[in-house]
Amino acid sequence: MSEKKFSKKHEWVSLDGEVATVGITKHATEMLGDIVFVEVPDAGKAVEKEGQAAVVESTKAASDVYSPISGEITEGNKAIADDPGSVNLDPEGASWFFKLKIKDKSEYDTLMSKDEYDKFCKENPS
Amino acid sequence: MGSKRVIMEVQKTALYNYHKNLGAKFVPFAGYEMPIQYKDGIVKEHISTRTHAGFFDVSHMGQFFLEGDETLITALEKIIPADLKNLKINHSKYSFLLNNEGGIIDDLIITRTEKGFCIILNAACKENDIKQISQFLKKNHKHLLNNDLSLIALQGPKSVEILEKLIPGVANLKFMTGNNFKYEGENLYVTRSGYTGEDGFEISISNTKVEKLIDYLISNEVKPIGLGARDTLRLEAGLCLYGHDLNEKINPVEANLKWAIAKKRKEVGGFNGWEKIKNLLANGSEKIRVGIKPDGKVIARENTKIFTSDNNEIGFVTSGTFGPSVNAPVAMGYVKSEFSEVGTSIQLEVRGKKYGGKISELPFYKKSYVK
Repeated sequence: MSEKKFSKKHEWVSLDGEVATVGITKHATEMLGDIVFVEVPDAGKAVEKEGQAAVVESTKAASDVYSPISGEITEGNKAIADDPGSVNLDPEGASWFFKLKIKDKSEYDTLMSKDEYDKFCKENPS
Repeated sequence: MGSKRVIMEVQKTALYNYHKNLGAKFVPFAGYEMPIQYKDGIVKEHISTRTHAGFFDVSHMGQFFLEGDETLITALEKIIPADLKNLKINHSKYSFLLNNEGGIIDDLIITRTEKGFCIILNAACKENDIKQISQFLKKNHKHLLNNDLSLIALQGPKSVEILEKLIPGVANLKFMTGNNFKYEGENLYVTRSGYTGEDGFEISISNTKVEKLIDYLISNEVKPIGLGARDTLRLEAGLCLYGHDLNEKINPVEANLKWAIAKKRKEVGGFNGWEKIKNLLANGSEKIRVGIKPDGKVIARENTKIFTSDNNEIGFVTSGTFGPSVNAPVAMGYVKSEFSEVGTSIQLEVRGKKYGGKISELPFYKKSYVK
């Protein structure tokens, strides 16, 4: 598994060969608060870089989850759809959102490193 | 640059800095900077109110005092459909201000005091409310929106035990009654009431003493509760939020709140919009407020369209969230009356997709008031 990369929309991606795993960051879950609804995409769905791919709702509001990378969904994480609260507990581990077969690895390369992302969050508090 | 900017002064309650020190996240609400949540977050705040006790700073709400003779009652009864003549001193009623079409200008709690009445008004409506009420007042009726007072709601099953230790006697209050008590050498007014579906109190206390009261509550493990959990608590309890579930175009019959119009007033009338309301009471309204339970986990938020199972649009959601004590999504909304029966299958359109749901009884969460 490769190093985790991060998007400005607070998603993370890790890469295993041609298959990327995508989730939302711990920072994102802290901004959202208690997560009470998750919708993940079905296998076979094509997603574009920065296109809407999943939905996450907290007690406060609904938010779209974007795919930081283009490709075809191979699996949505049904476990988090059944237990949305689990996303708050382990957002960057067991509570990933979806996996996809990527088209273009250079999209992954241009995402932020952990250090860059932490700096980005500090500079863009919300 | 150079463009005109309207600067609205944001108001703060006397506890603003106190909230800040408790780790509150603030949002603008009805012209005030109010805590939406604290460090624990909405779900934990909600649960601690239901299992222990929580306090809410509701000082942004208007505490409107009226004084006058018998003619004050006549004046207020023109715009409020409660039986104020027979309201006993220190007793409270949930009621409304009504316009000429019977639409709800605001919902409120009115309490009879020794010298007249105290009305608790919604923050966003209070200025207009006072204008509307004033139309009916006479020269000898005195009125005051008292901004020197804070209003604290203490809610939850442990409220009575905790407050009785500090202010002996409050335990004797029955639901929707109040009285004067002494605290720190000052008068304060306590009512047994609230908007969460829990037993509890609302405490009207001077801005100079309120921090001391909160210190005491916190030392008794009463958690601070923000607007976020206030919303999930009131929605589970089936209670309306003005500006969402109620507005000037909705009347009490449509809002399923006809119980809040006094029996005598329903018969005799004499208040704004009575002709229309009398007719609706006899014949029913075209649409009515109902409880809604989505079948799955999807949350049907405000403005979600409601359809029959064969895809006819029949209404819309006015409040919707996840109910932590129900452990499921809950909502309220308006549907055509013929589809309002509890158990009716409906569809809810969320993000362009239709999800199943049912018309549900209100409240979603059973109340435990002390009668």
